[in-house]
Amino acid sequence: MARYALGRVGQALIVIWLAYTVVFLSVQLLPSDPVTIFLSADAAPDPAVVAAMQAQYGYDQPLIVQYLGQLAGLFVGDFGYALSAGQTVVERIGGVIGSTLELAGWAFVFAVVLSFVLVSVASLVKVRWVRAVLEALPPLFSSVPVFWVGLIALQVLSFQLGVMSIFPDGSFLSLTVPVVLLGAYVSAPIAQVLFKAIEQTYAQPFVDVLRAKGASETRIFFAHILKNSVAPAFTVMAMAVGALLAGSVITETVFSRSGLGQIVLQGVTAQDIPLVQGLVLITATAFVVFNLIVDLLHPLLDPRVLKAHPAAAGRTR
Amino acid sequence: MTIHTHSPAHTTADSAPVLVDIQDLQVTYGDSSPALDGVDLTIRPGEVVALVGESGSGKSTLTKAIIGLLSGSGRVTGGTLTFDGQDLVNASTAEFRRVRGTRIGLVPQDPGASLDPVRTIGYQLTEVFRIHPQKELRSKESQLAEAARLLDLVGVDRPEQRLRQFPHELSGGLKQRVLIAMAFALKPDLLIADEPTSALDVTVQKRVLEVFDRLAKQTGTAVLFVTHDLALATDHASRIVVLQNGRIVEDRDVRAIATDPQHEYTKLLVDAAGQRTPADDLLERALAAAGIKDPVPDLEAQLLPAVEVHGLTKVFGTGEAARRAVDDVSFSVPAGTTFSLVGESGSGKSTTARLILRLLHQDVGTVHVHGQDVSDLTGRQRRDLWKDLQLVYQNPDSALDPRMSIEKIVSEPLDNHRIGTRAERKAKVAELLEQVNLPPRVAAARPAELSGGQRQRVAIARALVLGARTIVLDEALSALDVLTQAQVLDLLDALQRDLGLTYIFISHDLHIVEQISDRVGVMQAGRLVESGTVREIFDSPREHHTQALLAANPGNLLRELTPVH
Repeated sequence: MARYALGRVGQALIVIWLAYTVVFLSVQLLPSDPVTIFLSADAAPDPAVVAAMQAQYGYDQPLIVQYLGQLAGLFVGDFGYALSAGQTVVERIGGVIGSTLELAGWAFVFAVVLSFVLVSVASLVKVRWVRAVLEALPPLFSSVPVFWVGLIALQVLSFQLGVMSIFPDGSFLSLTVPVVLLGAYVSAPIAQVLFKAIEQTYAQPFVDVLRAKGASETRIFFAHILKNSVAPAFTVMAMAVGALLAGSVITETVFSRSGLGQIVLQGVTAQDIPLVQGLVLITATAFVVFNLIVDLLHPLLDPRVLKAHPAAAGRTR
Repeated sequence: MTIHTHSPAHTTADSAPVLVDIQDLQVTYGDSSPALDGVDLTIRPGEVVALVGESGSGKSTLTKAIIGLLSGSGRVTGGTLTFDGQDLVNASTAEFRRVRGTRIGLVPQDPGASLDPVRTIGYQLTEVFRIHPQKELRSKESQLAEAARLLDLVGVDRPEQRLRQFPHELSGGLKQRVLIAMAFALKPDLLIADEPTSALDVTVQKRVLEVFDRLAKQTGTAVLFVTHDLALATDHASRIVVLQNGRIVEDRDVRAIATDPQHEYTKLLVDAAGQRTPADDLLERALAAAGIKDPVPDLEAQLLPAVEVHGLTKVFGTGEAARRAVDDVSFSVPAGTTFSLVGESGSGKSTTARLILRLLHQDVGTVHVHGQDVSDLTGRQRRDLWKDLQLVYQNPDSALDPRMSIEKIVSEPLDNHRIGTRAERKAKVAELLEQVNLPPRVAAARPAELSGGQRQRVAIARALVLGARTIVLDEALSALDVLTQAQVLDLLDALQRDLGLTYIFISHDLHIVEQISDRVGVMQAGRLVESGTVREIFDSPREHHTQALLAANPGNLLRELTPVH
């Protein structure tokens, strides 16, 4: 188990390093350097200013020096300087990430709870049409655009009913509405994968053996079916980080919330390469961390995973 | 045309109380014709009844109806079914739950998939006591102790340790013992065993069934034992019920059925189970068909070997974990004959087959096929070898691509080797389908529309399409029921005669091996411990291991009752 965990952590670090390298290299593919691009956004920049700024931020150094220097910076939390904000990237992101984490975190919790409740009720309910309706919900959630429902919610709750402020004011509704919208959207793939996995688990012969033991359907579902079926759903949850961040950008824009979404928009519009680079790296890290958590949880859910990695399972037992 | 024949033994027991009483039971799936059509069956306390029939005869439906687990659209559409006086046809789910596990137990067909893979053995065994709370088994410790006692009872070694293990850490035989322990945990009055050992090899099967017999006797539990193997049924049951097309065609004492089968279908089953066609006869028949009157004494020796392996060794793993899967195996198979490899699971039969097929590379030794040294073939040469040497695999369901038509499946090797025009390929496929006795219309069908036996015929046709002269059959008949096995055996026999094919036949079913083989090799732990003609091996086995294998072969009572004809 220890070797399995170490192996996974090592793989995660390699993925982050690769992500950073790809981002660094793709920036080099741009026709110019970050300073020139940033300064060119408005008008033709003064070459002297460009040269001065390049020297200040180290963009005049040879590539390999830049690469290693920036890589070394990452280890001490130095992501460079966000040109458009006049702050370091860490300060810029740190200033708004709390708001995004609040939104994304609650939306994630809501999505997980919603998908599990949906799937559990649909699996145990005996009325056929209720089941059919519940199974139809996830595709509906994933096909309705968040911004559209968001605008309707704003229109109805703020303008017509006047119960919610147009701008976030810290009230219950101003957080709940975006959380529910984003959460429902993110829950869709989780619930769909769970439905499929549960259907496959129910088709296995051991379920009949459980019934023959006299187990109730509730016991069969919660004590056996669920544990057998959650592994693929966990994988989707880790992938949902992407949908969560992308959804955050839209949701934050619709509900005028500050957050990563806002600075992603800003960074891209202002062509602030160091800021975008930092954001990409944070997203990649979030992906990797979530996948790592899933990989580490997997053997606890399904003991066969370690067997499938004999080298990792090793002689620890 | 139901024939009800009652044996004297059966009628004298009429005064005893009845545990299961089924009258005129009819079960239907959806809108199709009934799967069970007027079944009458009684089971008395402590009685061991074997339910025999081919796949699709309704065996599983009958057992599922008794335990209330009819799948999908299945429902009882007529008749009565009572268990110890309780009506089970109209029983509610809650009522059924009180009966299941406590009074009726189930030992399922496939031990590999019948335990929850993500729960420990201990959790699943003690679950019975949590579902049906027992006065003296309230605490977790007492439940675990009882579970360990049960495991010990069914002959599982190191029970305390096993309780903490997961199903994938146990062998098939051990898993089935766990399932038996689970079914016997609350000493049910009736145990339904649905082909409990069809997934196990003969020696394991014998040990598992011995445990089963012993427990049933000790607890006075009645057993309804489902099997498609009449030989197995005669060894373990006191009464045999034969089911065909949803009707009981014969229901009599074991000895009466074995010695004097009444119904046509039962006669077929008894023949198939007891049939012995000595290979010498086959050879003589083949020679006669070829117009040769007197076989030359050393005929075999004159035939060029189709396959010859020498000193074949294959080691899996390294260091401490290294295991000799195949250990210095040598044998030679004359062209036009059948050589069978028998042995327990893990004895190296399949590895040997894969070495011959060049799907694996040996560590030491040589392989010759049709006189050519193929020990180090690679790439292109290997593909050419496979025109001559083909494999028919155990499970026809997974060996055929479900999305391809039968015609496409059979002609695929021709396509791969770019042989012939489209019209020629089509003609070749039609010719082969005819050769394996499949009607021309199956060409357009998909594998799912065919029966297991038909699918295996397709696999054989595919193996022959490039003109292979030697075929490796790896457990090729294991997934089929007895009568279908007999038909495919006939086909293999005919093809061998017509085309002069050589078979390397791998099986744990000694009964089939005895019918098909000219020579037999017995493998144990990677070594070929004994080989000889089929009569030498079966009539006078020298090695202890061979004798043990033969003793485990079911049907001893049947052989005693129906001597070789």
